[in-house]
Amino acid sequence: MLQCDYTTSQLDVLEAESIHIMREVAAEFERPCLLFSGGKDSIVMLRIAEKAFWPAPIPFPLLHVDTGHNFPEVIEFRDRRADELGARLVVASVQDSIDAGRVTEETGRRASRNRLQTTTLLDAIEDGEFDAVFGGARRDEEKARAKERVFSFRDEFGQWDPKNQRPELWNLYNAKIRKGEHIRVFPLSNWTELDIWDYIRREGIEIPSIYYAHTRKVFERDGMLLSESEFVTRDEDEQVFEAVVRYRTVGDVTCTGAVQSAAATVEEIIAEIAATRITERGATRADDRASEASMEDRKREGYF
Amino acid sequence: MDILRFATAGSVDDGKSTLIGRLLFDSKAIFEDQLEAVERTSRDRGTEYTDLSLLTDGLRAEREQGITIDVAYRYFATPRRKFIIADTPGHIQYTRNMVTGASTADLAIVLIDARKGVLEQSRRHAFLTTLLRVPHLVLAVNKMDLVDYSQERFEEIREEFTAFAAKLNAPDLTFIPISALHGDNVVSRSENMPWYNGSSLLHHLENVHIASDRNLVDVRFPVQYVIRPQRATDPALHDYRGYAGQVAGGVLKPGDEVVHLPSGLSTRIASIDTFDGPVQEAFAPMSVTLRLEDDIDISRGDMICRPNNQPQVTQELEAMVCWMSDATKLAPRTKLTIKHTTRTARVLVKDLHYRLDVNTLHRDEEAGSLGLNEIGRVSLRVTQPLFVDDYARNRLTGGFILVDEATNNTVGAGMITDAR
Repeated sequence: MLQCDYTTSQLDVLEAESIHIMREVAAEFERPCLLFSGGKDSIVMLRIAEKAFWPAPIPFPLLHVDTGHNFPEVIEFRDRRADELGARLVVASVQDSIDAGRVTEETGRRASRNRLQTTTLLDAIEDGEFDAVFGGARRDEEKARAKERVFSFRDEFGQWDPKNQRPELWNLYNAKIRKGEHIRVFPLSNWTELDIWDYIRREGIEIPSIYYAHTRKVFERDGMLLSESEFVTRDEDEQVFEAVVRYRTVGDVTCTGAVQSAAATVEEIIAEIAATRITERGATRADDRASEASMEDRKREGYF
Repeated sequence: MDILRFATAGSVDDGKSTLIGRLLFDSKAIFEDQLEAVERTSRDRGTEYTDLSLLTDGLRAEREQGITIDVAYRYFATPRRKFIIADTPGHIQYTRNMVTGASTADLAIVLIDARKGVLEQSRRHAFLTTLLRVPHLVLAVNKMDLVDYSQERFEEIREEFTAFAAKLNAPDLTFIPISALHGDNVVSRSENMPWYNGSSLLHHLENVHIASDRNLVDVRFPVQYVIRPQRATDPALHDYRGYAGQVAGGVLKPGDEVVHLPSGLSTRIASIDTFDGPVQEAFAPMSVTLRLEDDIDISRGDMICRPNNQPQVTQELEAMVCWMSDATKLAPRTKLTIKHTTRTARVLVKDLHYRLDVNTLHRDEEAGSLGLNEIGRVSLRVTQPLFVDDYARNRLTGGFILVDEATNNTVGAGMITDAR
């Protein structure tokens, strides 16, 4: 890490910035929580939290919005990781929101619980009285995110107003809110997909097995490979076949596409990403394809 | 590999989006699905060329109105460096956005249209860059293809701008003649301008020396968070008391004598801890945890420095302030919240000395208030002491934000002048 001319590598600069952001939140808010899905970005975020407060334990709980349509490998990983850290894991269930009549399940072939998550998330934030919520989103992911602040203000309805964002200068973050409002905090804002993988390699961080190449029963829809699963209704012409695939992102089984890949190690994944010509969300997310502004719309409503 | 953060200023007409598009495209940071989306939208709108500004204009209102309303952050990397671009719009709310983008930038690129020369806007952008103390400024003289790649025209613009920059106390200044549209001198040296002996823009961005821009002299460690492992199972940790923060200046080493502010008490650094083990040196921008040899009552907002090199401890601030609110104005008697390093306090505007016209640099001493995007020199009184340096000496201990107490919005950014 140290060099004689006092330069710092890009991963060290990013890590130091993220640690600074996490400590700001812990110092300025009463009830933060960290969104932990078991996906690679939230895994890196959790490692940063571990570093920021060491040797003390992470001073806030983890929150996961469980759609009930998650990959079992990821849920297993989520529980194990929380357990290792001795962290409190709060699971907010979309199924519970459906059962309570808060949201209505979508029906049909493209049914997804993606959009329903927003209600469950906002209810969980309200129930937990969380005033700051860490998310693992990065600005390189999507162009609405490219303009979002590190401290992103949400009103009492959990809404994001892109035209009314607080200016962010130097390393100073405005943490002032009224009761009922909250701040979404994105400590990994300046990381790219490649930075995340470089960091996973450098730190030797464990990630769920589905990120690595494996054999899976899939079918093709809109040019994406979706996993065969009890949660997805297939058309007759959507034939299931076996393929060697891996996941670049981890969301719901119903809307996360796999990519054909033989990359079985972090090094091979990094080589593959460095050469790819498609963004990770473009390659793997049906939810972002709905319209040009779909991420912006969901974010306005309070999505991650 | 290190990181270079740079801000770009200029309007769409100057070819800024084309330039950014080219840097991203040639460094393979634009992906096929992004390009397809942009091409599709350009077609739908009846535009004949691929409008690369659509890559950065991410919000619906921006696409509908064809304007950029906010700072967009973009990322690319070459084998030498990772780059973070703060792309700021040239027109709407230009000052607020440019000040925001420039606050963390190591370098700023100001675009000039070779046909039009140095305009009011170019002077404004250059002024804001120097006000925010961006250490390196690049004047990219664009559209050289439209002036027949004329050396004479380039030299004319260089001379005019150099004369203006002398008034600004401008930092390291580099002029590069380019054509963003055709790629001349953007990534590789142009064959159309054999008279130009300098680097291409990308080569300059990859090689400009930024390590020495950081302040490695004045030790400044704003205490951010006190770490006390309360439920640690390890009995050795029961007495652990660490002061966490991000180094804002200087080099800290175990054994160094340090002074705590505001108490003025001296002690030594026992160790500099990180999750990955203790380190022998800490400097900006590292986030570390200090343990000290003596028990001193230290909390968030305090400062650790060296006995013979201390920041000014003061409740009276002189500063240049950029006002960022369209709902309210800054005027004498205005009360606000100030956030400076890790300390938050209340502040009263005692005096507005003048409002600066960012186009002419004229000082209007009659001005009674500052409105949106206006810049002025103010005197402030703070409810508790702050530990400050001149912004020119340290951007982190010299900069602050102002927050409206009714709306909680960030309404101003300040740069401290005249600190001892």
